[in-house]
Amino acid sequence: MSLEVNQLTKNYGSQKVLDEVSFLVTQGRILGFLGPNGAGKSTTMKIICGYLTSDGGAVTVLGKNALTAPKQVSSLIGYLPEHNPLYLDMYVREFLAFSGGLYGLSGNLLKQRVKEMLQKTGLEPEQHKKISQLSKGYRQRVGLARALIHDPQVIILDEPTTGLDPNQLVEIRALIREVAENKTLILSTHIMQEVEAICDDVVIINKGKILVADSLENLKSSSSEIQLVLETEEVLELEWFAPFDSVRFGTKGKSEVIISASNAGEARKEIMQLIQHRRLNLISLNQNKKNLEQIFREITR
Amino acid sequence: MKSLFWKEINSFFGSLLGYLVLALFLVALGLIVWVFPESSILSYGFADLEALFSYTPYVFTFLIPALSMRSLAEERKTGTWELLRTSPLSIFQIVLMKYLALLALVFVAILPTLIYYFSVVQLGDPVGNLDHAGFFGSWIGLVMIGAVFASVGLFSSALTSQQVLAFVLGVFLCFVIYFGFSAAAELQLGDFAYWLEELSLSYHYISLSRGVIDSRDIFFLFGMIWIFLGGTIIVLRSK
Repeated sequence: MSLEVNQLTKNYGSQKVLDEVSFLVTQGRILGFLGPNGAGKSTTMKIICGYLTSDGGAVTVLGKNALTAPKQVSSLIGYLPEHNPLYLDMYVREFLAFSGGLYGLSGNLLKQRVKEMLQKTGLEPEQHKKISQLSKGYRQRVGLARALIHDPQVIILDEPTTGLDPNQLVEIRALIREVAENKTLILSTHIMQEVEAICDDVVIINKGKILVADSLENLKSSSSEIQLVLETEEVLELEWFAPFDSVRFGTKGKSEVIISASNAGEARKEIMQLIQHRRLNLISLNQNKKNLEQIFREITR
Repeated sequence: MKSLFWKEINSFFGSLLGYLVLALFLVALGLIVWVFPESSILSYGFADLEALFSYTPYVFTFLIPALSMRSLAEERKTGTWELLRTSPLSIFQIVLMKYLALLALVFVAILPTLIYYFSVVQLGDPVGNLDHAGFFGSWIGLVMIGAVFASVGLFSSALTSQQVLAFVLGVFLCFVIYFGFSAAAELQLGDFAYWLEELSLSYHYISLSRGVIDSRDIFFLFGMIWIFLGGTIIVLRSK
């Protein structure tokens, strides 16, 4: 296990911000840490990175206890804080060299790492600019490059795509996917599409409690009900579908029905038999995949 | 760790503010020592740098908090503190590097005053007629005062994320520990006045300027530095 969070608890005064938060992240996977604003995402990340202290629980990063030895662990983690704080009056290259120095890199190794990071994040043309001259998308790249300068095994990104325009969004997502290769990456967001676009695993947190921790695939397929949409050339009658849980006409009138069932495989078989039996002319039979947004709303309701 | 030190130095010399503060400091001292008739050596007529040493602490009271006000306040305001804090550096190391960088700047600021020493040595009649021990005692005293003020400045910068507030606090604290205690000692307080006098920086500074490096004075000044740096660390830990 690359990173293990176990029963993490944090109080601000009498308010419980984190309530026994537990989850695991495996090497080589991207975990989406999902939740509404104020759910405790940033707090959890800050505790893992040693910026905040916890009031209970344990965090283990690559077998090391992050709460008792934060300084040992900090060189294993690459952390991009929420608002991407940067020294605006520093030059891009200078800033990366400085950050590398903080992590104990020096000499040729440092130079090489800076060069690699500039290449990887596409910052080479901007390397002699001041950070204050860069656009938000490029600043985000600088932040990412900084987080990765010491080649950490675990990468933690706190809302890395907030405030970017659609093009920058796509670029940064691609970059995140690229840098995550063979590493462990946690990414927090409140945008569901983002999780669907990049993540392998999902942890949903709300009001300091973990509601779901599963792989994205499982989460999407395991939800209790599925919907099948059947369209034929003939007009359909609802009575034919009596064995199913619930049936209603779709948006296209009486030639389309939406069938809800708990077992997709069985339902499809039955529908095919029905089509043969009634000698219907099939146009389409689709299974509505539930998207994460629906699942999220279902869970946090 | 070294990279934080150099970043501090670079950020100072990377902005106009840094040069401005240094230039103002040297201009103010130059005017006091050589031009203003009330304090000028030339009109005083003795080969003696008393003016330099008695006025510099006043200038330091404003100069050093101006140098140190950004140090921690700005990191906290812009959020870059989080970057430092999650790096492998401990709070002690961060504070130490920031302090050493400040110290280096203070040292650079007062280094040119050594030229005054050579000037006055040349102006003496006969040449070289100057209380050398007194000069170097005072000069070391001055460096120590600068070092204490730097720790005070860093401490006040840790207390707030507002630079201006850090500056005002720094000036006030420097003023109190340098002038305040000895001024209070002159009130009719009996035995207590003696302790107040002992706490005052100016008392130890004057003692050093006699040209005798007394270990008690040195211990006191180092003690002050450790108290304020320790305070800085405690404040930063609690936030």
